[in-house]
Amino acid sequence: MLGLTPAQTVGPYLSIGLPWSDGPLVVPETDPDAFWVRGVLRDGAGEPVPDGLIETWQADPDGCFAHPDDPRGRHTSFRGFGRCPTADAGDWAIRTRKPGRVPDREGVLQAPHIDVSVFARGLLNRVVTRIYFADEAEANDADPLLATVPEHRRRTLLAEPTGGGYQFDIRLRGEHETVFFAL
Amino acid sequence: MAEPLVVPSGYRRDDGTVHPPLDYAGYRSTALRAPSEPLILLPHNLTELTGPLLGEGRVSSSSADLSVQPGGEALGQRIIVHGRVLDENARPVPHTLIEVWQANAAGRYLHRVDRHDAPIDPNFTGVGRVLTDDQGNYRLVTIKPGAYPWGNHPNAWRPAHIHFSLFGRAFTQRLVTQMYFPDDPLFAYDPIFNSVRDERARRRMVSHFDMDATVDSWALAFRFDIVLRGRDATPMEQP
Ligand SMILES: [Fe+3]
Repeated sequence: MLGLTPAQTVGPYLSIGLPWSDGPLVVPETDPDAFWVRGVLRDGAGEPVPDGLIETWQADPDGCFAHPDDPRGRHTSFRGFGRCPTADAGDWAIRTRKPGRVPDREGVLQAPHIDVSVFARGLLNRVVTRIYFADEAEANDADPLLATVPEHRRRTLLAEPTGGGYQFDIRLRGEHETVFFAL
Repeated sequence: MAEPLVVPSGYRRDDGTVHPPLDYAGYRSTALRAPSEPLILLPHNLTELTGPLLGEGRVSSSSADLSVQPGGEALGQRIIVHGRVLDENARPVPHTLIEVWQANAAGRYLHRVDRHDAPIDPNFTGVGRVLTDDQGNYRLVTIKPGAYPWGNHPNAWRPAHIHFSLFGRAFTQRLVTQMYFPDDPLFAYDPIFNSVRDERARRRMVSHFDMDATVDSWALAFRFDIVLRGRDATPMEQP
């Protein structure tokens, strides 16, 4: 077995190398069913993080992935990936559609979710979280992963509906710290 | 309940000896940014076993050569950086996007926040992109970046490095790391390099001088192989 290459921080200058002009557009801007998911990235003092990067990965609206390892073999051209650097006020946004429900290994349907990676100066490795949707209460109640999250912290994983989109703030540390996952 | 899916096997989890701890006192910025709550185990289901395969259209014929801009040649020591991207099971990771960014030869980034008193090179942006080929090989041309001060502690200098970002083939394989140069005297003083606690793991971030890949009268060469996570069991062959 080969030894893994260790992770290192993106440092303060990730905006030189990582942003794409179409990064925030998981779906084309013209998609009539698209909405913005917006959020603010904050640190342990509650201050905005202006030098971070948010990346998202999700299924298409039917719950399928544009990837050969999706064993259901249904073809989709859905990009599924979003990427947005944080601005001076820590704010970021991606334009997407709600993912469909994806079954887990036992065939249990997970609630609609988006996997999220957060990169920033001061993070020696990415941290990983998931966006769930507050208006999917029934699906969320049956979600096997949410069930493993202490109840009082689940709220940090819920994107709240706003006018025409959702709000998903990320708190790296401290009060109302977002739930992060070991991947 | 639906039929169980035949889901491919998951990816091997770090035993804690490879990646740096998020909370690392020597690197000051971690204090306010590293999560304080324990991480919760995320099983590897389809969302984690798949990932963006976004190679084509993200690279161009010139994006793998950072040493030349339309206005002219960048200043500094021209180098070739090449290597192979493999997984832990020694399988090549083909057609995956590698994104790099770095300081110029004087140790200055082309970034509004970089206040280091070193010259900007008008012919160096410090951004590169390349795809691995079907055997996982990649090759970049650039200039050797300079060391730079960073204010983490008195007289703090980063060893020369190139930032590397890789997607791999799955969300689990995503990696951002830094490539270092052999025998840098600053290694012993750099908390970011030393945040990787295992010495053998640290060495895997250091490129090797590669005489065979140098080009006479043109460029030195360094080899940097990158290993992404591998599956924890041999996956079934696809029919
Ligand atoms: Fe750097």
